[in-house]
Amino acid sequence: MFDKEYDVIVVGGGHAGAEAAAAAANMGSSTLLVTMNLQNIGQMSCNPAMGGIAKGQIVREIDALGGYSGIVSDRSAIQFKMLNKSKGPAMWSPRTQNDRMRFAEEWRLLLEQTPNVDFYQEMVSGLLVENGKAVGVKTSLGLKIKGKSVVLTNGTFLNGLIHIGEKQFGGGRAGESAATGITEELVQLGFESGRMKTGTPPRVDGRSLDYSVMIPQPGDSKPEKFSYLDTHKLTTQRDCYMTHTSELVHDLLREGFDRSPMFNGRIKSLGPRYCPSIEDKINRFADKDRHQIFVEPEGWNTVEVYVNGFSTSLPEDVQFKALRSVKGFENVKFFRAGYAIEYDYFPPTQLKHTLETKLVDNLFFAGQINGTTGYEEAASQGLMAGINAHLKVYDQDPFILNRDEAYIGVLVDDLITKGTEEPYRMFTSRAEYRTLLRQDNADLRLTPRGYEIGLASEERLKNMERKEKESSDFVSFFKNTSFNPDEINPILERLDSSLVKQSDKLFKVFSRPKVTMDHMLQLDKVSEYVTENYLNTDVLEQTEIQVKYSGYIEKEKNNADKLLRLEGIKIPKNFDYAKLKSLSFEAREKLKEIEPVTISQASRISGVSPADISVLLVHLGR
Amino acid sequence: MLYDDTIIALATPSGMGAIAVIRISGPQAIEWVDAHFQSIHKKRLATQKSHTIHLGYIKDGDKTLDQVLVSIFKGPNSYTGEHVIEISCHGSMYIQQQVIQLFLKKGCRMATEGEFTLRAFLNGKMDLSQAEAVADLIASDSKASHEIALQQMRGGFSNQIQELREELLNFASLIELELDFSEEDVEFADRTQFLNLLNRITEVLKGLIDSFALGNVLKEGIPVAIVGEPNVGKSTLLNALLNEERAIVSDIPGTTRDTVEDQIAIGGVTFRFIDTAGIRETEDHVEKIGIQRAFEKIEKAQVVLYLFEAGKDKLAEIKLLQDKFPHKRILVLANKAENLNESEKTSLKERLPEALLLSAKTGTGLKELQDTLLDLTVKGQLGNNNTIVSNSRHYDSLLKALEEITKVKEGMDIGLSSDLVAIDIREALYHLGEITGQVTNDELLGNIFSNFCIGK
Repeated sequence: MFDKEYDVIVVGGGHAGAEAAAAAANMGSSTLLVTMNLQNIGQMSCNPAMGGIAKGQIVREIDALGGYSGIVSDRSAIQFKMLNKSKGPAMWSPRTQNDRMRFAEEWRLLLEQTPNVDFYQEMVSGLLVENGKAVGVKTSLGLKIKGKSVVLTNGTFLNGLIHIGEKQFGGGRAGESAATGITEELVQLGFESGRMKTGTPPRVDGRSLDYSVMIPQPGDSKPEKFSYLDTHKLTTQRDCYMTHTSELVHDLLREGFDRSPMFNGRIKSLGPRYCPSIEDKINRFADKDRHQIFVEPEGWNTVEVYVNGFSTSLPEDVQFKALRSVKGFENVKFFRAGYAIEYDYFPPTQLKHTLETKLVDNLFFAGQINGTTGYEEAASQGLMAGINAHLKVYDQDPFILNRDEAYIGVLVDDLITKGTEEPYRMFTSRAEYRTLLRQDNADLRLTPRGYEIGLASEERLKNMERKEKESSDFVSFFKNTSFNPDEINPILERLDSSLVKQSDKLFKVFSRPKVTMDHMLQLDKVSEYVTENYLNTDVLEQTEIQVKYSGYIEKEKNNADKLLRLEGIKIPKNFDYAKLKSLSFEAREKLKEIEPVTISQASRISGVSPADISVLLVHLGR
Repeated sequence: MLYDDTIIALATPSGMGAIAVIRISGPQAIEWVDAHFQSIHKKRLATQKSHTIHLGYIKDGDKTLDQVLVSIFKGPNSYTGEHVIEISCHGSMYIQQQVIQLFLKKGCRMATEGEFTLRAFLNGKMDLSQAEAVADLIASDSKASHEIALQQMRGGFSNQIQELREELLNFASLIELELDFSEEDVEFADRTQFLNLLNRITEVLKGLIDSFALGNVLKEGIPVAIVGEPNVGKSTLLNALLNEERAIVSDIPGTTRDTVEDQIAIGGVTFRFIDTAGIRETEDHVEKIGIQRAFEKIEKAQVVLYLFEAGKDKLAEIKLLQDKFPHKRILVLANKAENLNESEKTSLKERLPEALLLSAKTGTGLKELQDTLLDLTVKGQLGNNNTIVSNSRHYDSLLKALEEITKVKEGMDIGLSSDLVAIDIREALYHLGEITGQVTNDELLGNIFSNFCIGK
């Protein structure tokens, strides 16, 4: 059935697998996507939303490079919000609520329309490895499929074990069976594996809820979107709702604690600390008498509703009883109970910056198999693994993003350098230079890089170049154009900002904290410039950020340059750390294990102190 | 072993001395010295214990270069962590050169600046701050700067900074938490406590920054200008204090046409005495330039010694000088007091109570002058164990940290979004970390080891 040798075989069709297949194929690799159920490509296993703080930035980065997540999200969006608009621009984070079924459908259709992608439904049970190099996969039917590279994106499926109360059963997702065989084979090849846990809340019937007692959470009045391409903007949106748990709900939940797999010791692995189950929350924050619950529609038409904030693995009867006591949920009907799932992962310190394994050549890992959590984290790894699998097969230079270049760079570097003990989620604070890594400039940062490797289209590059030029011209306009006190003072007066006595450059007054682009547009010379040059909102936003935050952006750039200097000091391959007696024992062990490529990477390894880095610097600097 | 070459250098100052010490470090140190060393007891160095001293001769073939003492330190229990040999030979430059040449021919390499300490550092014998303090210790030539270097080696103010930095780091994480979880209802950083911390940090930083002026002066020496009419005995006074003939002494007025500087330790503190040409009306062009320079030197000096002949009336000039430099501490010295009789002395004391009667020639009053100098400058400030910043690298980091902390406070005042405040906090943490060694600064590393003389 499979005589052909593929360039890239992607195992798994979730966010990571789908991006990996799309990227490799779009770059020209003959690609096979093997998954256990072709019905479930692009499945949102948990909440029906994309983006959010730090994650929205990642979706934009994927889009800027030429990945599909942004387009799929835009096409299936039912609500858009730019979070944190009141904070600095580094914090502005786009998020969509999505129609779960349409999201998966859009992914499937986009992949079908992508040349070079073949599909096959079956469970992959093992790898073909020759001389330390991946050469294909084996399936449960005993088929051998040859491939020059293999990308594993198994999600929660590897020996997945689902827990609901005291019941447990094998499965990769509710209603889907687990994948077996791969972990065991990888361990035999010398890989180290671990267990992680995650969970999801119940889904309920929206018709059984009383929304009148909940607080509506509408989308933005001027909805934006993720993709830098010409995807459509929402014209109508669906609301979410907010309600709260109560002491009574907590008491009802506590009644089931003795039957909770989290507390009776049945689940030993670590779950995401930042995305705790409701039982975890009432246990850890015992003094809080209520927690937020967000009620999120699962789509345009379906009545199914996602109960965000109520992730649980308590027995289904306890879940039901407790949820019935939540305001607005008095008559709730369950569609599906919440559950926890345990699965195998492989500590990502076993990977290189390309996401290729150190142990087996041409084998790449992406997504939850690397110990991450989140669609966006998975998708971006899939993209990077797909790109690098293609580049490896075609003998080209690897594609690596730096920490000052993209959240994706931060993500990969963190994973392979520090590893992770609990499911890894992206935060803005993980990026040293978040002011540079904004959602508004992902295209400026990354589209040229995506274009260079043949992934981002020429259309993307053109759009980006236009935006770059128009905004820098507009910034110059503010730097070179003067105002009269007469025209600006009425505006300043309304803002309670101190008045000006003499004429000065517009840039100066625009830099004041309260003054925004909207205020500037009240000046005729500014609004005329915008009309004459046909500037769109992208350019206005970009200009505003570059003017108002120029000081901070400059400062972060200077700091990033400092990092770059250390990034430039390479550590020779197979460097013998044992002979450097002045390194601490722990540092020597860790450095040997991680094999950092640069001094900068070495400095981020936990257990390697600044003193150890000084030793390396002095030694290598000779 | 990290290095496979063996290095050599003179460890004592170059030039002639009673003895000179030549230091050799590296894997071949013992073997190579052994080949040229003839012990008076016919012992082989290779079989001797570490930390032993041996008398014998350094031989170049049949030729004996010198009678020497050879100390053996076997690695890793040596300064560098490698095998180290120290040869104490006689101090003639010829002998030093001959011995070093001999071992260079044998295969040793001339050590570069600070290379012995560099090897010690890389072999884990000392950490970076110790290495830095070693450089300071070598350079310290007075008791006060020595104390500062020691204080630094023991940790000094870095502990205090470290504690404040920890607290700031804590708040920084809370602020980060607030940002990343702004969608969820978690509890956040207490702004009042945070402002309180910022104020405490500001206070500490300011105190340390102020101490730098004193610390630096102690390290460099306190500048003291000696001013007075020509031939009033300035050079004699200087020589008396220095106790050696450094300035030119003659009876012709105006001999000292240029400023001459010298350093002298008084009570453990270095003073830098600057002998200036006298200040008087003159048509001599060269002397005019000298007088101009004298004024410049007075400007820079911390203390001015105004010297005049005890028998002459100089009240007007003293007043002039005091008016020209109202903020300078000016010591009025009536020299050649040996020429006055008792009643003249009493009368002088009445007219000019602040004057100190002095005889540079006989040494009368010198002790009192020295004590006054100490009192005027460092006493009290040094004695109460105050922390003093003397390292200009630390000073620089303190200034930058203070600047950032000030920005954080301003940001909080105007209600700046905390993601932007966080940038300034990170910067402050970085600069505080430079002082405590919690961040790596590659530029600094280069500096530390180039501050050494060869042989250390």
